[in-house]
Amino acid sequence: MSRKKAITGGLFVGLTAFSAFLIIAVIIILLVVIIIGGKDTFSWEFLTAFPEDGMMKGGIFPAIYGTALLVVIMSVAAVPFGTITAIYLTEYAHEKSILAQTIRFAVRTLATVPSIIFGLFGLGFFIKFVGSGMDDVFLGGQLKWGQPNILWASLTMALLTLPVVIVSVEEAIRTVPREMREASLALGATKWETIRRIVIPGSRSGIMTGTILAVSRGAGEVAPILFTGAAYYLATLPTSLSDQFMNLGYHIYIMATQSANVDQTLPIQFATTMVLLMLTFILNLTAVIIRSRLRRKAK
Amino acid sequence: MKEIKIKTKDLILYYGAKMALNSISLDIPEKEVTAFIGPSGCGKSTFLRTLNRMNDLIPNVKITGEVLVDGLNIYDKQIDVVNLRKKVGMVFQKSNPFTKSIFENVAYGPKINGINNRKKLEEIVETSLKKAFIWEEVKDRLHDSAMGLSGGQQQRMCIARALAVEPEIILMDEPASALDPISTAKIEELIFELKKHYTIVIVTHNMQQAARVSDLTAFFYLGELIEFGKTRKIFTTPDKKQTEEYITGRFG
Repeated sequence: MSRKKAITGGLFVGLTAFSAFLIIAVIIILLVVIIIGGKDTFSWEFLTAFPEDGMMKGGIFPAIYGTALLVVIMSVAAVPFGTITAIYLTEYAHEKSILAQTIRFAVRTLATVPSIIFGLFGLGFFIKFVGSGMDDVFLGGQLKWGQPNILWASLTMALLTLPVVIVSVEEAIRTVPREMREASLALGATKWETIRRIVIPGSRSGIMTGTILAVSRGAGEVAPILFTGAAYYLATLPTSLSDQFMNLGYHIYIMATQSANVDQTLPIQFATTMVLLMLTFILNLTAVIIRSRLRRKAK
Repeated sequence: MKEIKIKTKDLILYYGAKMALNSISLDIPEKEVTAFIGPSGCGKSTFLRTLNRMNDLIPNVKITGEVLVDGLNIYDKQIDVVNLRKKVGMVFQKSNPFTKSIFENVAYGPKINGINNRKKLEEIVETSLKKAFIWEEVKDRLHDSAMGLSGGQQQRMCIARALAVEPEIILMDEPASALDPISTAKIEELIFELKKHYTIVIVTHNMQQAARVSDLTAFFYLGELIEFGKTRKIFTTPDKKQTEEYITGRFG
């Protein structure tokens, strides 16, 4: 009997260890395959040159540039909006009020919506509704804003990353001790002055973590920009908000599915994937470091 | 007898359904030190915080009765709570410097009040730090973070910060309870000096401290004001049996 128990116990330990090992193995295999496949193509030139020969050769500079521009415009929209929402939730709304609970529910729901839905929403709302509306009102129906561009893509991505910003900033605001707020109020500061001079500066690292996590998410997502602004190939870089743009994630998708010769572009696909992975890895690592410092401070 | 600075009339305070202060009526004279003593949970800190309306920040607090500062009811709708708090400064139990430099900590209040002139701010910071007996210790590192100061230094800096807005009354909520004996002695010395110009109300757990620094003592128990009078009398010949039992250490 006890022998049987010992065997079952031993089996279970083995199973858990195997599962844990499997996860590490998957990551290692993934990285090794990508690095082996991409290392010969990856070079300074690859990062800085335009694609050539119908994207069979050359670099991915426009995709890097487009991705960077996308996340910058996205952050400009999502960070202030998310920060203000977080301030409202933590500082002004009563914890139990229906409004606050509704907002929290909305934020949680937003975080679980599949990203392709955001893409469709962006197409319907930003392009067909806002964009076409702007064309009708300001340009007499001439088509300019009612089509995919980097602005609509960035705003769509901003909606997707908003929950990340809100949650990070909220967490940071809660680490600002009550004693510090009381000290400020006791000196005759108003609530707004206290928020501006004590709470927001005290949450800076949280705002930064939120931004970085949002950027890293936004840099990697493809579905939201599929219909809202990403382009297959562009000979020039976007110069206006109404231009389309190339994007790293979308580039990988295009190369893998739409390219004239998928096998021939395989090294480019691997190298592009490597760039995207490195980018999101570095961003996430930075966010983790800032966040762990913040948590240590909170204790 | 000196003039009355703060007067409370039938002050009742509820936390939700629980009565925390039961009909407190008390006169606090100007430019003297009034100490509140009593066991934990007796309402002395709660009462202190009604005097600059810090309890406003806590949800579900209900207050009736009056608190008159210079004859004006501070719970009147027309009272600007921000102005009130400039007049009634506060020093907290746990020193709570901002994560800013020493200079910025002390200059915080004046800046809020719209003083932006650098020279003027430097002047205020220096006088305030001198009044709080900490100038000599920090004058060479005004622009270092206040978090680098020792606990006792932080608390004296917080007092300087409170003085910088030129209050008339200073409320102190167990200002020395987290400090070592030497720092405590410094704070007490400081209180003695400050009462020449300010009305001071101090909550303390430490009976010797109350006896040393205060002119008047109020003893609170279970949300009631049991006895209030000259410190010497309270500590030698109290009228109430409960006061005597607490002071001689028989409970609390």
